[in-house]
Amino acid sequence: MDTALILHFLTTPLVFLIWTTFLKTFILLNVVLGVVSVTVFAERKVSAFIQDRIGPNRVGIPMTLLGGKKDIPLWGLGQMIADPVKLLTKENFVPAGVNKFFFWLAPKLVLLPPLLVLAVLPFGSSLFGVEMTIANINVGVLFIFAVTSLSVYGITIAGWASNSKFPFIGGIRSSSQMISYELSLGLSIIPIFMVCGTLNINEIVDWQIKNGWLVAPYWPHGFSLDQLLHPKDLIHSLIAGVSLERFLLWIPMMVSFVIFLVSIFAETNRLPFDLPEAEQELVGGYHTEYSSMNFASFFLGEYAAMFAGSGAIVSIFLGGWSLPIIPDGSHGWFWGLVNIGAWFAKVSVILLFMIWIRWTLPRFRYDQLMKLGWLGFFPIALFNIFLTAIILAVVHH
Amino acid sequence: MLLAAFWFFATLMLLFGVSVVLLRNPVSCAMSLVMSFICLAALYVTLDATFIGVIQVLVYAGAVMVLFLFIIMLLDLREEKSRRLNFGVTLGGVLVVAAFLSIMTQVILSTPAFAIPTPTIAGPQLSDVKMIGMTLFHSFRLPFEVIGVLLLSATVGVVVLSRRTLR
Repeated sequence: MDTALILHFLTTPLVFLIWTTFLKTFILLNVVLGVVSVTVFAERKVSAFIQDRIGPNRVGIPMTLLGGKKDIPLWGLGQMIADPVKLLTKENFVPAGVNKFFFWLAPKLVLLPPLLVLAVLPFGSSLFGVEMTIANINVGVLFIFAVTSLSVYGITIAGWASNSKFPFIGGIRSSSQMISYELSLGLSIIPIFMVCGTLNINEIVDWQIKNGWLVAPYWPHGFSLDQLLHPKDLIHSLIAGVSLERFLLWIPMMVSFVIFLVSIFAETNRLPFDLPEAEQELVGGYHTEYSSMNFASFFLGEYAAMFAGSGAIVSIFLGGWSLPIIPDGSHGWFWGLVNIGAWFAKVSVILLFMIWIRWTLPRFRYDQLMKLGWLGFFPIALFNIFLTAIILAVVHH
Repeated sequence: MLLAAFWFFATLMLLFGVSVVLLRNPVSCAMSLVMSFICLAALYVTLDATFIGVIQVLVYAGAVMVLFLFIIMLLDLREEKSRRLNFGVTLGGVLVVAAFLSIMTQVILSTPAFAIPTPTIAGPQLSDVKMIGMTLFHSFRLPFEVIGVLLLSATVGVVVLSRRTLR
């Protein structure tokens, strides 16, 4: 076989699509699982910082085990490896009286949906002409909702299959919590569709590049790198960005953003909404009976869900991979890499925010949680849709 | 490739559909139904109806079946005991289903409209969300609004009935 023939085969459209998609999936999956383990480490470190402790700072390279004089502490980074090794080497204990098949199935069901969400998130512009989205589908946002709505099964099934009181209560709590917050999550996103006029996440990101991030009330019009050399054009584009519509629309966009953000907390079962696994009341909630790798799957699923949720927030509200002035990947592979870096940086900021909230706010009571969802967010999100419609109708005509 | 996917998901959907009836554990039945819905959604996607496929997962698998499962778990239903098959009843059932299927095949084969293969959609396609939106809110505006009022009255009725204090 000569190389020209292989190259020709690899660049035929369908084959090219298939192997680039597999490559993108493989790399993204590995990077995300890596980010997840870093997030767990960050969680330990940040919680320690907030509680005025030091946190893990000694788990590094154990030179003493290898005959050395002194360990290399490496700022405790070895904790990232030590945690999974501990979980993997534990005994995988299956209690008597559980429904074996569903007990086995539940951890997989928890892990699957957040990883599927990654398929539609645009994590970069383009690299060597390949679009940095695994699947650019027309109904991307709805796909995210559809897949996250399936994540409730894993937790509910885990609670039921364990055949034990506390996991069962945790599972029931989680399913009612997720159903309640899915409503406000879905309603909060409708104003975005009305403003952008599309359900495609890539197009929402493109809209934000042209018109500014949805959470920003002001955006210079047609701002670019070249303009920095021409002050006259710069001032012109700065003034052209001021519009009444943007400032008026900023109000419903901010409301949407806050509701979406808080609902993501509830969907991922994070504090202050972690009632399904409230330790003080329910031992460990739905994963009480799980150990070893099965428990690790729940753990991994929670953090993957955090990552996917942050990715959705960044792509929909915070301009996705775009940064002001920075050009997209069609200007060279360097800018493509910068875009991917920008996306991951933004996601990290949201993840850090989630950790920060977890160690700052106390847990809600269950009735307070339901009240907030049904009597707070639900009507506000509905009202927000009407507000957006009125603003759009008044300003456009 | 799409055709292969279509047959794959169609077979899978039918298998899960059959297992809804055959399995004895109510939770297994509910989960089979969920899987059947997901396969149906995949079928829609192979037919280029992405929006309908996603809505199928969102509404049926994600919301309706969760409530089903919720209630099954709360009622704590025991596993059904497997009954012995009554020969006469089974034979009758098989006969009725076979007769129905054969009549359906006859009807489908004899209808000329089914024999003509529909041409693939050519030219620039509108997004299906837009098309569904135009159909619902433009061509069928009145029926859509009437259904909305009907559902609202049903919701209000449920609230009123459930709030009534027992005397």
